[in-house]
Amino acid sequence: MTSSKQALARSAPSADAAPGSQPGAARRAHGRGTPPPGPGSWRSRLYRWDMKASPYAFIAPFFIFFGAFGLVPLLYTAWYSLHNVQLNNLDQQTWVGLDNYQNLLSSDFFWNALQNTFTIGLISTVPQLMMAIGIAHLLNYKLRGSTIWRVVMLTPYATSVAAATLVFVLLYSWDGGMINWLLHFVGVDPINWRESTWGSQFAVSSIVIWRWTGYNALIYLAAMQAIPADLYESASLDGAGRWQQFRHVTIPMLRPTILFTVVVSTIGATQLFGEPLLFGGVSGSKGGSGHDYQTLGLYMYDQGWIIGNLGKASAIAWTMFLILLIVAAINLLITRRLRKSQ
Amino acid sequence: MRTSTRGSRRLMALAAVAALTTGLLAGCAEDSDDGSSDSDGGSGGGKTTLTIGTFGVFGYKQAGLYDEYMKQNPDITIKENVTTRTDVYWPKTLTRLQAGAGTDDIQAIEVGNVAEAVQTQGDKFVDLGKDVDKSQWLDWKTAQATTKDGKTIGLGTDVGPMAVCYRKDLFKKAGLETDRVKLAEQWKGDWSKYVDVGKDYMKKAPKGTKFVDSASSVYNAALGGESERYYDKDGNVIWDKSSGVEKAWDTSMEVATSNMSAKLKQFDKPWDQAFANGGFATVACPAWMLGYIQEKSGDSGKGNWDVAAAPTAANWGGSFIGVPTAGKHQKEAVKLAKWLTAPEQQAKVFAKQASFPSAPSAYASLKPQAATTAFFSGAPITQIFSDSAKTIPTQIFGIKDQPINTAISDIGILQVEQKGKTPDQGWDAATSEIKDVLGQ
Repeated sequence: MTSSKQALARSAPSADAAPGSQPGAARRAHGRGTPPPGPGSWRSRLYRWDMKASPYAFIAPFFIFFGAFGLVPLLYTAWYSLHNVQLNNLDQQTWVGLDNYQNLLSSDFFWNALQNTFTIGLISTVPQLMMAIGIAHLLNYKLRGSTIWRVVMLTPYATSVAAATLVFVLLYSWDGGMINWLLHFVGVDPINWRESTWGSQFAVSSIVIWRWTGYNALIYLAAMQAIPADLYESASLDGAGRWQQFRHVTIPMLRPTILFTVVVSTIGATQLFGEPLLFGGVSGSKGGSGHDYQTLGLYMYDQGWIIGNLGKASAIAWTMFLILLIVAAINLLITRRLRKSQ
Repeated sequence: MRTSTRGSRRLMALAAVAALTTGLLAGCAEDSDDGSSDSDGGSGGGKTTLTIGTFGVFGYKQAGLYDEYMKQNPDITIKENVTTRTDVYWPKTLTRLQAGAGTDDIQAIEVGNVAEAVQTQGDKFVDLGKDVDKSQWLDWKTAQATTKDGKTIGLGTDVGPMAVCYRKDLFKKAGLETDRVKLAEQWKGDWSKYVDVGKDYMKKAPKGTKFVDSASSVYNAALGGESERYYDKDGNVIWDKSSGVEKAWDTSMEVATSNMSAKLKQFDKPWDQAFANGGFATVACPAWMLGYIQEKSGDSGKGNWDVAAAPTAANWGGSFIGVPTAGKHQKEAVKLAKWLTAPEQQAKVFAKQASFPSAPSAYASLKPQAATTAFFSGAPITQIFSDSAKTIPTQIFGIKDQPINTAISDIGILQVEQKGKTPDQGWDAATSEIKDVLGQ
């Protein structure tokens, strides 16, 4: 394999090596032949530029797009968040400094949304990842029709949020919903899933769990398949049962994968938006009449597009961004700790 | 070390297929999420294509108006861009109006947003007042779309005169009066009398039914008959001092704290279902609600529903269409807007959708569809709605009308109705929500 270092080497090919006899020459960048001898020639300079600039040209599209559609809006949002901007008067941007942020910190709705985001995130992410590991472990055994099971695991992830949530709304319907009907058999009074604090948060979490468990299970399964079989063999020679094998071989080997899914799920939980919005139905951006499941994402949407206060909505967006950075930092610390402890 | 087994290769392939499928499905889902869809009104080889941006079910396409216009004007092609939900449609339209790009040649404006359009986007719309005979519309309708300096930015499409739709069969079982005229007499003049009828109904209510769908529908209906809403004529917010709001709130609280409401949220899936299973016996129905009831009840409701005059003449809903100055074909767009809102076209939309005209001259010639009349037990709906429309009080709307109304009905009333809070607690919740809306 040609290493990238070699491909980007600046040294002109030595004169004593006959052209074409260099190992790997043919496989060099873009499969071009070796440059003609004579470092000052026009063609060799062209060749050197090509070698230097091409990689940048190849990665440029991503960075140009990211700049236009990621970075600029990000900075523009920061600018908006320091102004009073109303949706019906976008051209008038009055400088208010940190007022929007102060306004947020003194708003009960903001703290409520932050708390909801955290609670829903916790009760959806933790069971989801645990179930995913369990399912992946089961799928890792030799089964009949394993491919079918794996496809089935992915179907929830492949359905649209809107369609899935609609079904859940009907299941959780207060009057005549299937879940309350089942509870009725157990002798429990019907629960108003949309207008009770824990009930609605549980319901929203269940949609998230339903959609993402299979996806995470598949990631775990891929990682489990890469664990060398001889580890299990030696473990079983030492007399470890299946459960012990799972605990002492599988879990430690999965550690990097687990960390990855935790990070991705945390980011997803912080930005949770579609499920609670659609679960709420009409004026879903309020997250229920008591703001019971209004997440930060919903609060931002409500402030920006329903109420029309874009300055405040931008401040919420940046606050969310900061929260995500803090979450990422915490994750990094934990990862390092774990690495050191190994 | 060889870790790549046949199984894991298959897994990789599977993951790739799944990722692709997800992408495809997500692509489909995104189309249906906000319900935007483009529908070509026809495939004429016209020289000019006019686009019209609407929300919900506007009825123009359904009534065949686009096809008719294109037949009369072979050089015009009309394309309708529909957004299902107003709360998605309006923010999108606001930003495009201000950007001066991306607007349709004609944009619909809902009555809850018309004050915001008049007061903040007045210069972004063509003045239509000079080109039309304003006397064809109800005075208050045109006034709502007229700026301080007398510019008319939108032409009235429909209004929402109020009636009460009720299930005759359920009323009969509950031992109540079923004749529409006598019923209307029973509650004439005040929505609280309607609530009294509800109390009677609940004494002998058929199993599994309630008197009314929700407390907030009673609130909206009652408020629609009051001249004082959330704003005064100078544009000051008076929601907490408004006599109209107080009256409507008290009436809705009577509903919310008694047992007569099915406690549903309007336009929600469970609400739709309750129409089909006959979960409630009455609903306050503005004209545009008739088509909705017909569709959601299906055959089970046919001939069981009836329409009676509402306690007070009231309006709930209705729309306008305006021509943005950013449009490229303003002259043609104005011509089309005029034609679409002319009395004879409004009558055609009524015949198809039961959306009630805002032009009184159309009232004499209105003919509802035979199916609609049969569905509602032969009720003289034209008569009932015309009487209501002619006596609707002039109402003043304000910039934040829609979010304030949402705060009262979907926060305040809902907390009392579904969370068992007291009316005072509900009012407090609505108050803090509205303060947040107004940035106070």
